[in-house]
This record gives sequence, C-alpha cells and structure tokens, in this order.
Amino acid sequence: MLLSLEPRGQQSRPMLWLSPLLAALLTLISGALLFAALGHPPLETLRVLLIDPISDLYGISELLVKALPILLCALGLAVVYNARIWNIGAEGQLLMGALAGSALAVHIIDWDSRWALVMTLAVGTLGGAAWAGLCAWLRTQFNANEILTSIMLNYIALNLLLFAVHGPLKDPEGFNFPESAMFGDATRLPQLFEDLRVHAGFYFALLALVVVWVLLQKSFLGFQVKVLGLDKRAAGFVGFREKKLVWIALLISGALAGLAGVAEVTGPIGQLVPQVSPGYGYAAITVAFLGRLNPIGIVFASLLMALLYLGGENAQMAANLPQSITQLFQGMVLFFLLACDVLIHYRPRLKAAGRLKAKGWTKEAAA
Amino acid sequence: MSELQHPPRLLLRGITKQYPGTLANDRVSLSIRAGEIHALLGENGAGKSTLMKIIYGVTQPDAGEILWEGQPVVMRDPAQARERGIGMVFQHFSLFETLSVAENIALAMGAAAGTPKQLEPKIREVSQRYGMPLEPQRLVHSLSIGERQRVEIVRCLMQDIRLLILDEPTSVLTPQEADDLFVVLRRLAAEGCSILFISHKLGEVRALCESATVLRGGRVSGDCVPAECSDLDLARLMVGDAEGLEAEYPKAEGGTPFLRVEGLSWHNADPFGVSLEEIALDVRAGEIVGIAGVAGNGQDELLALLSGEQRLARDQGARIRFLEAPMAHLRPDARRRQGMAFVPAERLGHGAVPDMSLADNGLLTAFQQGGLIGGGLIRHGRVEAFARRIIERFAVKTPGTHTPARSLSGGNLQKFILGREILQQPKLLIAAHPTWGVDVGAAAAIHRALIELRDAGAAILVISEDLEELFQISDRIAALSHGRLSPLRATAATSATDVGRWMAGQFDQPTPTAA
Repeated sequence: MLLSLEPRGQQSRPMLWLSPLLAALLTLISGALLFAALGHPPLETLRVLLIDPISDLYGISELLVKALPILLCALGLAVVYNARIWNIGAEGQLLMGALAGSALAVHIIDWDSRWALVMTLAVGTLGGAAWAGLCAWLRTQFNANEILTSIMLNYIALNLLLFAVHGPLKDPEGFNFPESAMFGDATRLPQLFEDLRVHAGFYFALLALVVVWVLLQKSFLGFQVKVLGLDKRAAGFVGFREKKLVWIALLISGALAGLAGVAEVTGPIGQLVPQVSPGYGYAAITVAFLGRLNPIGIVFASLLMALLYLGGENAQMAANLPQSITQLFQGMVLFFLLACDVLIHYRPRLKAAGRLKAKGWTKEAAA
Repeated sequence: MSELQHPPRLLLRGITKQYPGTLANDRVSLSIRAGEIHALLGENGAGKSTLMKIIYGVTQPDAGEILWEGQPVVMRDPAQARERGIGMVFQHFSLFETLSVAENIALAMGAAAGTPKQLEPKIREVSQRYGMPLEPQRLVHSLSIGERQRVEIVRCLMQDIRLLILDEPTSVLTPQEADDLFVVLRRLAAEGCSILFISHKLGEVRALCESATVLRGGRVSGDCVPAECSDLDLARLMVGDAEGLEAEYPKAEGGTPFLRVEGLSWHNADPFGVSLEEIALDVRAGEIVGIAGVAGNGQDELLALLSGEQRLARDQGARIRFLEAPMAHLRPDARRRQGMAFVPAERLGHGAVPDMSLADNGLLTAFQQGGLIGGGLIRHGRVEAFARRIIERFAVKTPGTHTPARSLSGGNLQKFILGREILQQPKLLIAAHPTWGVDVGAAAAIHRALIELRDAGAAILVISEDLEELFQISDRIAALSHGRLSPLRATAATSATDVGRWMAGQFDQPTPTAA
C-alpha cells in the first residue's frame, strides 16, 4: 500500500478549518509522547507549556505584549508577501524603527506635551519605512533581489543599533551600560490597565489590522498587489505599475515593522537596549504564512506564537525543561500546522501497489 | 484467422485513464494496421494527448490492454516504446536551441547510438532519402520552425521506425510546408511504417488519412473513413450537435480608419526574438483585419507594441495612432481608456490570472469602467454582476463567479475573456489567436461574437495561425513573416496560396507613404 497525495483541483473549504484542529491534535499527541519519553509527566508538562502562562490576567497581558510586535510585523509582511515580494527584513525594519524613535526620544526627555509621543512614534514608523524603502529602491532601480538585500540590511540595522547604544545614544549617567537613558514620561506609551504591561500599542495593532484587512480584501490597491504577486504578466498586460506597487507594499511593510519597534521602546522597555527584539521580525515571517497571509488568520497565529514564547520560558522555570526541548516543541507546532495545510489542496489516498499488473495484462497473453 | 496471421501493428482495447476530476480516457479502443495513416481526431480535452502518452509509455492506463503486433505489452516508459519502434513528434519541440542538429539527435538517442560526429552521415542519408534536407552541423536556433520539426522527425527515423505518432504537426507550418510534410508521411507509410496523426483540422485529415478515430469526452465517438465523410459529419462526431459549425459570414467594407500603424519598427534585444521592420497597416470601423503567419514571426512582438506592454519613446508615439491620436508611447490602461481592448494569445497567465476568481478576472481589465470601483474600494456587488453578465451573455460553462480561472476549460475561459472585452464596448479590439486550442463549438461562438461586434461598428484586428479561421471571418488579410508585414488585401480576392506565399516572406513590403 502506498500513501499518495492527489491534487483536489480546488481548495477544500472544510479543510481550511479542520487543518489547524488536526494540527493541534497531532501536536498534543506527539508532544505528550515526547515528554513521556523524556520522563516528564506528559499532561502536566503540556499544561505548563500551553495553559499556565495564560491562566490569569497578568498572563494574558504578557501574551498581548509579546503578540503585538509580532502581529504588527506580520500584518505588514502579509501585504508584501501577497505581492510575492519576499521581504525578510522585518527584523531590521523593526530595529530601525526603535533606533530612529529613540534617537528623537532621548533628546526630548524633558518635554511634557503628548506631541513628544506622537513625534517619536512617527519618526520610528518612518525609520522602518525608510529601511524597507532601501530594498524597494535597490529592487526597482537595480533589479536587486529583495530577499538578499533585506536580510543584509537586517545585520546593518542590528549593528547600527549596537553602535548607537555603545556610542551616541548611550546614557551618560548609565554606568557605561550599553543602554540609552530612560525616556521621559511624555514619550512613553500609556498602559491600558494599572499593573499590567499591556500598552496602548494594542490600539495601533487593531488599527493596523483593520487597515490591512481593508487594503487586502476590499481595496483596488490590494487587488493590484495580489495580481502582481500571482501573475506579473497579467499585471503588465493591463498596465498596473509594477515599480509603484513594489514601493507601496514595501513602505507599508516597513512602516508597520518600524511602528512595532518604536512601540517596544516607548512601551514595555522605556529605553533603547541592544535586545529590543528577541527575533520578532523573523517570527513574523512564520506567523504571516501560518495565518495564510490573511489578516484575521495572522491575529490567531501571532497569539499562538506569543504563547509558545511564554510557554517556553515558563516550562524552563516551572517544569525544569531544557530550552532545547521547548524549542523542539515549538518547531513541532509549526511543522504540524504547515504540514496539515497541504490537505487544503491535496487529498491523501491509499494506492494498492502493482494493481496494474494484476489486471488484464496476463489474460490476453494466453489468447 | 486473418487477424492472427496479420495482426494490426497496434491494437488498443478498453484503455481507461482516470485523472482527478476527469475521466481522460474511457474504454478507448483503436486499431492501426501496418502502413496505415490513421487520424486521431478530437477537440481539446477529448483525451487525445492522454491516449498518445499511454501509447508512448509516458503514462500508464488504469485499465485496458495494448497489443503490439499481436503481443500484449506494457509500455513502462518512452525508452521501451522506442525500442519497439515507436517514435513520437510532440507539438512543442524538445530541442536545445544552442546545440547543433546532430548534437540534439545524439542526445535524444542516447550514448549507445554514437557521437554526434558518427551520426552525421546517417542524418544526411535519412533526411535526403525522405526529401527533408537537413544540415547536421547547423545550430537549432538558426532553423525555421518547419526545419526544427524535420529534426524531430528525422530523429525518429534514425531508428527502425514502425509507428510514428505526430501531435498536431501542421499547427506550426505554412500550407506549403504542410504539403511537403504530407509527401514525406505518405512515403513512410508506403514503406510500411504506421502513422498516427493527431489533428483537429478536418481538411488535412481528409487529404492524408485512410481512417480516423474520433474522440469526444474521453470516449470513441466513432470510426470513419475521412474521405467519405463531410466536414460537418466529422465535426458532429467531434462535438456533437453544435450550431454555426459551417457558418459563412458576409464580408464587410470598413469605414473610417480607427487604427493606423505606420513605419513601426522595433529592435528586439532578445537574440532569439524577432525584430519588427516597417510595419504598416490600418483597421477601419466595421471590419475585421486578419494577420496570418506561422508562430514566432513577430506576432507576440506586434501585439505587445499594440497593447502597450511594450512602449515606444514619446517622440515615436505617432507610429501607432488610434482615432488619429498617438498611442505608441502610452501604457495599456491609457490605451484602454481611449476605447482599445486586447485579448492576448495566452489565456492563463496573461489574459487571466489563473488563481483568481472569474469575478476578479473580470475586474482585471474592466477596472476603468464606471462603477466597479468607488473611493479606491472595489464594489464587489457590481464586479460580481459584471462577471455574471459575461457568463450569461457568452454561455460560459462554470459553477459560478467564484470559480478560479484555471479550472475552466480553454474554450470557456476564452469565451469569458473575449466577453469581458466585448461587454466594455471597445471601439477597437485586438485579439491574438482567439480560438487557439478551443473546441469547435466554442470557436463558432467566438466567431459569431466577433462578427456581431464588427457589425456593431467596431474595428477588429485578429492575429491567428489558423488560415481557415482568417478566411472565414476577416474582411482584409495580411501575413507576418520574419517581422515584416505583407500588404493588406481584401480576403475575398485572395487565395490560401497567396497568403501561404506571404507567410513564407514572398511579398513586396509597401513603401512607407508620406502621411
């Protein structure tokens, strides 16, 4: 017997919903087996990983804090990826957003006006957009592959940030730690609830969600972006401006990543530090695809990704699980989710091997 | 008794092949005698290609049997088919353009056959014996399409060939080249080689083939002797009853010139592409102008320049004028705003986005029509309604407007694309290969729609490889050859032989006249 995949010809509607459920089930089963094999109580460990981190308000707030930057970056990536522009640089654009915002914020620590926050956010957003704009310029002007340019710009952004915290933006009273001064209160994103770290970046994420959803699902601009991504020749045939669309898509993507970065430094962190991002921009790539490049799907995917971050930390502390095992578990989740998505377009079928031989061929030889 | 003594060269019995969603071959039976030229007729999607691939060992049938000279056989791969003496010439050649003729043949025959150098004498001998002169050392990219086909045929003849399968061999040839090919094929048959000739051109099947098997929807719909059947009989076997198969349309006289092309030259940077030289033509209101020519003579380039996918510099804008306004420097959307509409040769991937729904594909070119877009947002209700109108008016067979374009058959998608342009009421429609690969029934519907549009006063330019089609619908006709365009003549006063000569480049290019 052979298991083979046959194309369905059309995507299966029920599978769109069933595939994540199936993936969740498979993850739980194989996770339990894995933990049992390693001598950890399986159900207990799963609970520590997946339920404990969000069992109280504080946990949910932390979940949102982690999910917000991922969500912002991934929404931006949904726009470019729909145009088949492979921007791998959300991490760099996020860092540049944080850096640009901080560069302004440390100079206006004394301001009282709310304009300080508005300006800082705007500068950060523009910083991210500008960084993505570099990729757009290199691609439209020199036909440079944006995968390569955006990855390389990630490293440049990281090193610029390191240079800044060790040099020009270092807190003069900070005992030589590589950090900027704490921002002034007027430059900080307000918290939504007392004692919880979840901050006003939440509203930006909601706004971005609506904007990206309208852009991709309802607007003619989004339609052009999708046509460009699916079929470049058809886009040229009807006169869509490829260069303009590349610029717009990359600028939107970079702006949202930049906003994510500046919201981190003005929100939960409050200053510029070398570890602004534990790889949010890279996680967002996975999240964008996990959410099937659909804004609503991306919301769920970024919450899941944030949960995996939190659960991993929690399991290391509470269940004494080594970090490599929690990362293995995270990998399993993503693997099953993406693997089950194959079922949307293909149906599995068992094939009896050698059926052909059995039928017909020998009969006529005798005749 | 006689069947045992002289079994047919190839006998298929009950061949069935199921693909997901379609039964490509349903209990197909077929018999070819030694030295017989047998036609396999059928519209696109009738299962001809699948059947060929099964005979040539490319795919395996789900059920049924193949008897080769009376012996049941299993063709696991093309190599086994070739060992038995089965050769196949595909519609799309599998030649390396940067290699020589001999190198290509050596590659196809495998190392055991010898080096290209060793094969050269045999290539010369075979090609001369069958009247297909070929120079083994020439590079393939310098050969014409007809010569490339010879390379493919000679490759098959290099071995001891007992069955030659040709897939729509004349679709790339001028009428004269096709006649030459038929001479070769008859000679091969006379020597005892069986030939399976796949085509949907009824005229040539009648001229060449002794017997025919007609496929429809994966099944054999009939066997016949083509010489004793009329075109209408054959067409009925292919498509069932369809109206308008034999329609003749009255020719029309054009009015005011809508499109004027003068002194249009364009250098193609692609070394394997075609450059255009001093193209001149005009299309008038209420007429259809046909441009004939074998593929690869500049059709794609001319279409790109006319549609705006390829633009000229602003100062050359007047090389293409529409209603006297210069156009050659404008983008496609700007040209469409003036009332031009285009149907490209390739339906999927050019004229329609394969993975988008029909509704979205309607919006694709109609976005400048009033009402489909408001405030930057798509008005989905109206876009749906537009797609539904196309589907109803042009009888497009589809489950609905949300079906992706890729899941429509060629004929249905072409009706949709043409309908999309016609419903925008263009003043000028430029269509490339409007019925290429489309079944006979859909082709008739498309021709009727074009004639209707013409009679409503639009100017239409049709670029096609199908001479029969051009003679049927166009009022004036010209041919492209190596990037040059022959003068336009009234179709009624032109014969296929004339056009064939133009296609081969035998004409005086009109000298550019001062405007």
